[in-house]
Amino acid sequence: MGFFNPSMGAQSMTFKPPRRKWPPEASIFLVLVGISLLFEVLGWVINGQSFIFNADRLQIIILQMAVIGIIAVGVNLVIITSGIDLSSGSVVAAAAVVSASLAQVSDFPRAVFPQLTDLPIVWPVLAGAMVGLLIGLLNGSLIAFTAIPPFIATLGTMVAARGFAKWFTNGMPVSMLTDQFAWIGSGANPVIVFLALAVIFHVVLRYTRFGKFTYAIGANRQAALVSGINVNRHLIWIYTIAGLLSGIAGTVTAARAISGQSGMGVGYELDAIAAVVIGGTSLSGGIGRITGMVIGLLILGVMTSGFTFIRIDAYYQEMVKGAIIVAAVVADQYRQRKRRG
Amino acid sequence: MSDAAAPLLEIEGIRKAFPGVVALDDVRFSLRAGTVHALMGENGAGKSTLMKIIAGVYTPDAGQIRLRGQPVTLNGPLDALNQGIAMIHQELNLMPYMTVAENIWIRREPLNRFGLVDHGELRRRTQALFDRLVIDIDPEAEVRSLSIASRQMVEIAKAVSFDSAVLIMDEPTSALTDKEVSHLFRIIRQLRAAGKGIVYITHKMNELFEIADEVSVFRDGKYIDTQPSSALSRDDIIRMMVGREITQMFPKEEVPIGDVVLAVKDLGVEGIFSGVNFELRAGEILGLAGLVGSGRSNVAEALFGVVPANQGRITIEGVDVRIDSPAQAMRHGMAFLTEDRKDTGCFLILDILANMETAVLQQRYVSGGFVQREQLRADCEAMSRTLRVKTPSLDETIQNLSGGNQQKVLIGRWLLTKPKILILDEPTRGIDVGAKAEIHRLVSKLAGEGVAVLMISSEMPEVLGMSDRVLVMHEGRQTGIVERKDADQVRIMELASR
Repeated sequence: MGFFNPSMGAQSMTFKPPRRKWPPEASIFLVLVGISLLFEVLGWVINGQSFIFNADRLQIIILQMAVIGIIAVGVNLVIITSGIDLSSGSVVAAAAVVSASLAQVSDFPRAVFPQLTDLPIVWPVLAGAMVGLLIGLLNGSLIAFTAIPPFIATLGTMVAARGFAKWFTNGMPVSMLTDQFAWIGSGANPVIVFLALAVIFHVVLRYTRFGKFTYAIGANRQAALVSGINVNRHLIWIYTIAGLLSGIAGTVTAARAISGQSGMGVGYELDAIAAVVIGGTSLSGGIGRITGMVIGLLILGVMTSGFTFIRIDAYYQEMVKGAIIVAAVVADQYRQRKRRG
Repeated sequence: MSDAAAPLLEIEGIRKAFPGVVALDDVRFSLRAGTVHALMGENGAGKSTLMKIIAGVYTPDAGQIRLRGQPVTLNGPLDALNQGIAMIHQELNLMPYMTVAENIWIRREPLNRFGLVDHGELRRRTQALFDRLVIDIDPEAEVRSLSIASRQMVEIAKAVSFDSAVLIMDEPTSALTDKEVSHLFRIIRQLRAAGKGIVYITHKMNELFEIADEVSVFRDGKYIDTQPSSALSRDDIIRMMVGREITQMFPKEEVPIGDVVLAVKDLGVEGIFSGVNFELRAGEILGLAGLVGSGRSNVAEALFGVVPANQGRITIEGVDVRIDSPAQAMRHGMAFLTEDRKDTGCFLILDILANMETAVLQQRYVSGGFVQREQLRADCEAMSRTLRVKTPSLDETIQNLSGGNQQKVLIGRWLLTKPKILILDEPTRGIDVGAKAEIHRLVSKLAGEGVAVLMISSEMPEVLGMSDRVLVMHEGRQTGIVERKDADQVRIMELASR
């Protein structure tokens, strides 16, 4: 026998096949079901109609959450590495105004770039994505090479990217966009973009080496380093991907609104973080799945829609939303303490 | 019933066990007022545990502590302080952004009639304390602006300010220059003259003869003997510290030694260690001995690129190489089991599989970015069986395993990469005797398969039992390499405390 031919090893001990147990998403899925049922009952009591069995409403919930969802996919990766990205909302604005500026129609006299109108759809889309990618690359490089905390690095880019969007537009909306560009944001397209990205990164996290290393870095950065993982390079990739996804979200936002505005995406980063955290991703890193995040997203969507449905003020909505986010983190802490024993 | 003859501090029958190890077993110790009492022993002999018990940090499992003849219980360090026992910590415990005076009198600040801190009085008190101890430090300087030596003085002044009867100093000179050491000794003599009892932990022989009145020696968690320091020679103390029989627990099988795999010339990291030279051959185990802080682990970290060396040359299989990162070291066939399982080894919240696969994923089991999961799982399971990891399944979270089993998983992580050079830093620290013997057998067998092993260990029997040769370090320098036939504990301790 030899250690280097491990398959020749002693057969004295056997390992059970992977245990069948409830997936970690089961508990938050129950929360989602519970909240939906609550609104269902309240719906019949207050409005005399169903909350859930209403195709229009379900469509609105899903459409509303699609843009946040695109951002949350990237934020999920970042949080699994035990980082944070506060810049997503501002990146949405920066990407929205840049992509919109390259999607204006030629018969609009006050176009941002009068020579660059009626461009094929690929240019505004690429430009929006590139804006996000570059800001993400900046985030990642700052975090990797200056060793400043991700909170600070992305707080800086959050403020700067918003400033850039305001400067770029002079505070004016970038409007009169081509129909072709508006098509991206129409119908179910934002949802399709979101679902495609969610599936891709679900696979990346579970089945690729990149995914394994992402969890390892979040679980113990020092151990990851000593295991030969190039932690800095990996973090740059992670933040670049998060920026890219926010850029795509910004492009979709501009297409949906058929306008690019510097005030777009305010607070999106917090909604995305909330969805990720409610979905069971640990803020201390090393734990988290895309599937949980999708359920977290639906919980947020159902709540927003449900409160409107039973005609409760937006103010209350925000207060309750705040409470739910805090409760999710408390539950996370509790789970971790239990795990440590 | 406190009569004058009763010792200031007396402990008896103290026992303290941690999971997997008995740190202290039936230990006694007696400190007289107006004396400096040195504690000596190897790493892991139990000195620090004993001090933490006296300072109230740990609660003993059994035994009695008597202060001036009266039995006492100590509920935490604060309680010990209130009862007159102060500890000066090895790691400094001062707040860098507060002033010296604020640090010393924290929680005891003098207040003015508005209930606010009276900074004038604070300053006067501190100055009076410093005058008494002949310390020349500005009470209003921020601690972060002070040198390590000055901070040490502040710590000592703080301990004295409690008017404690017992002062515990844990290697207080480790960061001091000769001049600062003599200042420290002046203060210690003054405290002794004032009737304080001082417990002094050190690894340095010459200090011991200069300052200590009595010496107590510990070994493997047991009390050995107490003697007046004037009655002892350096050799007597070393014999007392190491005088144990080597058990048969650490067998290195005789294996053919092959060619030189790793050669290191004048290796160093500026300001940390320098001038390390050795050759390591296939099938050989080179022990790396020395006291904690002698630079042993730094050598390993430099070789593996964690903190890359900036002096000297590393040659692997006859080719000069640069190693700036662990990834590079791995490409040259190296593997590194780190000293601290929790901090730099395990991914505690992840499962066993995830812990085992990280290193080898750099090299194999990946195609087009995707992990070949079935093959990898099968090989990890086989490795776990070979290493006899006790777990129902690889999906178990690693923090649910015992220390010994965690260590086996981490060894498995590296064996999957099929290393030519295996660096082990304290491979058996904190694990139980059974697992220890298994790991020793394993390392020996690996050497038999032609792996070159560099093993750092604080446990003398382990070093002597396992190593073909032993490289000894002291204060960042290599003090010698001892062949297996010449190696004994006295010889190694001499080199390690030179």
